[in-house]
Amino acid sequence: MENASLHFQQKVRWHPLEIVFWLCTLLPFVVTPSYLSLASQIAITALFALSLDLILGYAGIVSLGHAAFFGVGAYTAGLLAKHYWAEPLTGLVLAAVLSGLVGYALSHVVVRFRHLALIMLTMGFGLLLHEAANSASALTGGADGLQGFKVPAVLGFKFDMFGRAAYAYSLVVLFLCFLVARRIIHSPFGLALRGIRENATRMPAIGAPSRAHLRKAYTIAAVLAGIAGALLTHTTSTVSLETLSFGRSADVLVILILGGAGRLYGGIIGAIIYMVARDQFSGANPQYWYFWIGLLLVAVVMFLPNGILGGIGALYKKSK
Amino acid sequence: MLSSLAGVLFDGFAYGMLLFLLSVGLSVTLGMMNFVNLAHCSFAMVGGYATLSLMTKSGWPFLATLPMAFVAAALVSIVLERTLYRRLYRASDLDQCLLTIGIVFISVAAYAWFYTTEQQSIRVPDWLQGSAHVAGMSFASYRMFLIVVGLAVTALLILFLEKTRFGARVRAAVDNQRMARGLGIDVDRAFMFTFALGGGLAGLGGALSIQVVGLDPTFALAYLVYVLIVVAVGGLGSIGGSFAAAVVLGISDMAGKYYFPWLGAFLIYLVMVGLLMWRPQGLFGKR
Amino acid sequence: MVAQDIALELPQGRRYALIGPNGAGKTTLMNLITGMLRPDAGQIFLGGEEITALRPDLRVKKGLARTFQINTLFPQLSALEAVTLAVLEREGHAHNWWRSLPRFGAAIEEAQGILDSLKIPSTRETRELAYGQQRLLEIALALATRPKVLLLDEPAAGVPKDESAQLFNAIDGLSRELTILFIEHDMDVVFRFASRIIVMVGGRILVQGPPDEIARDERVREVYLGKARLAA
Repeated sequence: MENASLHFQQKVRWHPLEIVFWLCTLLPFVVTPSYLSLASQIAITALFALSLDLILGYAGIVSLGHAAFFGVGAYTAGLLAKHYWAEPLTGLVLAAVLSGLVGYALSHVVVRFRHLALIMLTMGFGLLLHEAANSASALTGGADGLQGFKVPAVLGFKFDMFGRAAYAYSLVVLFLCFLVARRIIHSPFGLALRGIRENATRMPAIGAPSRAHLRKAYTIAAVLAGIAGALLTHTTSTVSLETLSFGRSADVLVILILGGAGRLYGGIIGAIIYMVARDQFSGANPQYWYFWIGLLLVAVVMFLPNGILGGIGALYKKSK
Repeated sequence: MLSSLAGVLFDGFAYGMLLFLLSVGLSVTLGMMNFVNLAHCSFAMVGGYATLSLMTKSGWPFLATLPMAFVAAALVSIVLERTLYRRLYRASDLDQCLLTIGIVFISVAAYAWFYTTEQQSIRVPDWLQGSAHVAGMSFASYRMFLIVVGLAVTALLILFLEKTRFGARVRAAVDNQRMARGLGIDVDRAFMFTFALGGGLAGLGGALSIQVVGLDPTFALAYLVYVLIVVAVGGLGSIGGSFAAAVVLGISDMAGKYYFPWLGAFLIYLVMVGLLMWRPQGLFGKR
Repeated sequence: MVAQDIALELPQGRRYALIGPNGAGKTTLMNLITGMLRPDAGQIFLGGEEITALRPDLRVKKGLARTFQINTLFPQLSALEAVTLAVLEREGHAHNWWRSLPRFGAAIEEAQGILDSLKIPSTRETRELAYGQQRLLEIALALATRPKVLLLDEPAAGVPKDESAQLFNAIDGLSRELTILFIEHDMDVVFRFASRIIVMVGGRILVQGPPDEIARDERVREVYLGKARLAA
């Protein structure tokens, strides 16, 4: 039957809204040129959230320590720029490789656990790395972070205070990584990950090596997170200890849930909303910002369990 | 050498008692209902700020505020449990985490609003300040007080659980909820009571910790990590486990700070990760 | 001790029924065979090859598949996605993260074929299927692994009487080269489809043999079947 393949093709095709969305990401250049550095931050956070989605939304691994890979990427890029050379693209590659290696190593432990032990372990690894970076101040600058270096340009485009090159760079990298993520999700491997999320017990019963699959997903997620971290280093020419912090791990989790996990675009949508709102409302009193985020979280969990995208999807289904 | 070791053990044990008070409630409610309440330390702060307010605004003596800290925190726990938490008993781990983190955020902002973000402190009565000198070593009076309170609470808890009928019902509900219901035990009531008790103890811990670590709105998040470590390492639902884990953690932390200050908190995290990898259900948890 | 002193041999190509009272250890035995539980002692062989130490997914690769008594399916995956996944795993394509799913036409066709033969609608999400169809999907998933031995844990559990006959006809229609062991409580079904019956009580095998022998066996009557039933 031909429509058997059609069932899969439908899910793989680009929806016109997707194309509209990506075209809209070019708008900041024209419409809000004074906000381009915020736009870069959003693109970087979106990539970070996308990487978390791969393990949380698609494979079902709840990680409270994903910032570990973000930080590894950031510090790798920073150390390379500070001590060797400041060309960003090679920095990206090196950051990707290193965070991938760390992810691969940790994945062997992480995939053996579930529930609270898993949450605690991911958090624990994140905390360990943060402490290690804090203590190894000769290498990392400790609590002050890595400073005193400059990444001047990418492919000849200067990183200036207008932020055009920074946003273009972040956006292009985000888009390319997004394409990779999209590819993964619509591949047999992506289907296997969803299988693990939907019913981890059933997977071995159909001959699936679940742990091998999860290790791979975790490693890929680490690579993408590391790239995001490197982007931050390149566009700001600093690395702060905060890139490894529990706060960052918690933030990206909130962002992903807000947008809707397991829906490919959830992290991106969540990042846009969260960062724009924070920029507008946080202002002088950051703790009041946390009040609204807290309220939003409670509301999302009670009323919109699949995040904003899930809510829109449900509305769409109802209207049919 | 020996005196510094004794000092570290003493300080560590006292710190462990504080951690125990802060954590035992979470361990039992997690073990009983599998409900991940990350807002547990916000309850501790209720107790802390209750004590603060009563002492600074109403001039209450320190010791008198302690029962009030317990009660205030217990009341807040019950309100939250009845209104929000009970709808999520069957929800996923992630959803419970997110809801309760949301509550933490709200509470942190609320405390900042009412009490500012300043570090708060109180004046404990004179007999609790200073130190006693025994065998050529000095032991801080407040730390001794902590140990006494901690041990007393532990004894009372064990007495309650082992010797009273309600305690037996609580134990049954922690052990096997379905069977407990089947036996006619009102698990909901047992849970509400336990939740209140756990929250109250956290509040007591919060009040007691002001003297040791100060009090500011970020307490809820800063100590959450330690509390979670105690609970995960000790094993869900196990009071003995929480006690052991809290003591181990308290002493490790003190020892780390004293002997390897350059390691910082690294040691605790390493201990936790190692222990969890070896026994993911915790030292005393059920598989 | 849930299961003890089990000595069981299943020559190829027959249908075996595993019966016994609740708690007799039937599902435990299945969990031991499939590797979800580890035995304290003993060995398990599949086609002459020892599989005692093999992980469950590797046993599946060797040709040993099972279904679950309680539906253990993928709620948000469509039936077609689920069975295609099983086929892809079998073919070793599931690690592929670069090629897009529609390109795996052969796997999709095969999955569709299995679903068609069991009359399961393919494009709706699993959680939207009727209960009987979900039970059939349980079997479809197992079949997609191209097993040599198929273990069915109460395949008709919860399915009304008239539909269960249909289900068992579907099972009966399966290839004769497939060795099937099924746990079942409905004696009509057992006596109709099984060529051999194994009776388990209290964690041990009480007796095994062809249906008419089992029906006549005194011990079985006492323990399980009840004299009144067989008088008919």
